[in-house]
Amino acid sequence: MTTSFEQGINTLKRVIDAPIASYFSSCTRCGLCAQACVFYTETGDAKYTPIRRVEPMRRIWEQEYTAVGKLKKLIGLSKTVTEQELEDTVELAFESCTTCGRCSMVCPVGNDIVYMIRRMREGLTAAGLGPKELRAAAVRTLETGSVMGFPMKTLEAQVRAAEEETGIKINIDEPNVDYLLLLSSAEVMQFNEIIAALAQIFQEAKVTWTLSSTAHEAGNPGMHLGSSEIEAAMINKIVEAAEELNIKNVISPECGHAYMAIRWEGPNVIGRPYPFKVYHIIEVLDKLREEGRMNTECCDAERITFHDPCQAARRGGVNEPQRNLLNMVSSNFIEMEDRKACNWCCGGGGGVNSIEKSEPLMDKVFHRKRAQIEMLDVTTVVTMCATCRNALEEGAEKNGMDIRVMGLTEVLANRLLKEKKS
Amino acid sequence: MNEIELLNWARGPGLTYATIFMVFGLTLRVIEILSLGRPKELAEVRDSGVRDGWRMVIMRSLPERRNWKRITAAYLFHVGLLIVVFFFIPHTQFFRDVFGVFWNGWPNYIIDFVTVVSIAAMLYTLAQRLFDPARRILTTIPDYLAWLVTFLPFVTGYMAFHRLGVDYTLMLALHILSVELLMIALPISKLTHAVTFAMSRWYLGSNNGRRGIHV
Repeated sequence: MTTSFEQGINTLKRVIDAPIASYFSSCTRCGLCAQACVFYTETGDAKYTPIRRVEPMRRIWEQEYTAVGKLKKLIGLSKTVTEQELEDTVELAFESCTTCGRCSMVCPVGNDIVYMIRRMREGLTAAGLGPKELRAAAVRTLETGSVMGFPMKTLEAQVRAAEEETGIKINIDEPNVDYLLLLSSAEVMQFNEIIAALAQIFQEAKVTWTLSSTAHEAGNPGMHLGSSEIEAAMINKIVEAAEELNIKNVISPECGHAYMAIRWEGPNVIGRPYPFKVYHIIEVLDKLREEGRMNTECCDAERITFHDPCQAARRGGVNEPQRNLLNMVSSNFIEMEDRKACNWCCGGGGGVNSIEKSEPLMDKVFHRKRAQIEMLDVTTVVTMCATCRNALEEGAEKNGMDIRVMGLTEVLANRLLKEKKS
Repeated sequence: MNEIELLNWARGPGLTYATIFMVFGLTLRVIEILSLGRPKELAEVRDSGVRDGWRMVIMRSLPERRNWKRITAAYLFHVGLLIVVFFFIPHTQFFRDVFGVFWNGWPNYIIDFVTVVSIAAMLYTLAQRLFDPARRILTTIPDYLAWLVTFLPFVTGYMAFHRLGVDYTLMLALHILSVELLMIALPISKLTHAVTFAMSRWYLGSNNGRRGIHV
């Protein structure tokens, strides 16, 4: 992929559409978005005010697509965007924005700032300014088929381990089954208990499913990087696998951005609708609950809370299933004060957690999450996104918080197991 | 040109020019937005998003539960502006004369009170712009000018009503001229949001609705 400043500017011109034009037309610079942004509230630094993060795009819009802006440019009142400005925007659009979208919850005129950040990143990457960690992750994913760069045999080993643990056969490349399950790299490498957990839940519920050897990675660094090309290449692998295996339902795992990429952005970046449906794993499990196909033990009395991952909940629309499931297995599920669409970000999403430079900032913004959790006096925080889970675990450890962090699927599998044992 | 002539010009040709500029300008702004188009949604949606689009347009006009303390001044100003523009009796007479529709105005003492509150709220929002770092860093000179042209009709209107400052006829002319200045500023400044707010809210709301987010 060749990159240059001109390509960056041309990309920014190209990605501006009617919604973006309406957002810039309506912005009154009221600054309320700052109050919703964890990077502003925890640092007090005005440079993090969300709408400022897309200033170069605003000027390009004004100069290219409005009569007033063209006139202003002509008489020298509006300066064209410089290379330096694009470079300075990298910090704001990549390093200190998790694309959590909480800003759009408070904007009086309804500006969807993340919609713009996503496209701002597209321009920066076209200009060759995408952060090196995200570029490396994107290349690695394309080459190896996994975000963390492990080969298929690593997954196979995890699958064998899960088979031994549960005594259940796990399919790879099995055609004509109910579901194709995707996994995130973090689940294969760190949170691999999920494979055994799902094998058991699906066995109980008589659901047939498979993994794919060519498309097991749900993570999509192309989206974080702002490279629709790479994002589409990853999506196409999944589409091809599902078509080849003749599977009508694809499961996005406990990973927020994977859900955003495969469920919502995917068909738009590849330019055609899918021949299958996409579900977040928690949606699938909630459906099984509704149909009475998941028998779990009720109820654990431990005080637990739930952290809504931004891409799955606020921006992805999965808000109720996790609550239905938690209430099924817990008698002491306590809601955070700000939750669902208003939840505060963990601080690690949007690629921020993989950018080395952002680490001190991530630590700082975690204080908001910490305060939210400590208010509730819980023992466990449950979530449904591997990135959130990592951020929560690291944050808890660094801050000496006495809490356990768990994935929701794992919580459910634990309750399922107990019943079987007794 | 004396006061009477100035008032007549403001009421006559001045108002016509300002109206033409405002209507033409705002229409152009809306066309500029719509002509960029919105990419077709290819993902399977949970909902058409139409209901949530309209819902967002309306709901974001209600005070925000969470941050009510922070938006009080700006909110009061907007409510005050609408009340004063549409319910001051001389204004209702103006609308009747021009558009042929009539509704009852509100008593002067209410309008007077609302005006004072609105002026105070506007001064407060200006202070916020100057002293709150998040607002200050965003604000440009045209934004301060936009504040000024919104502020002037309130002040000139208040002064004219109370016969303050210069001669009443001159003050009334100045009031009308300040409104015309505001009308001219509408399509060429951030004040365009008076119209496009509905579009931006609609896009966010309908996008959310398609994804099954009902806020």
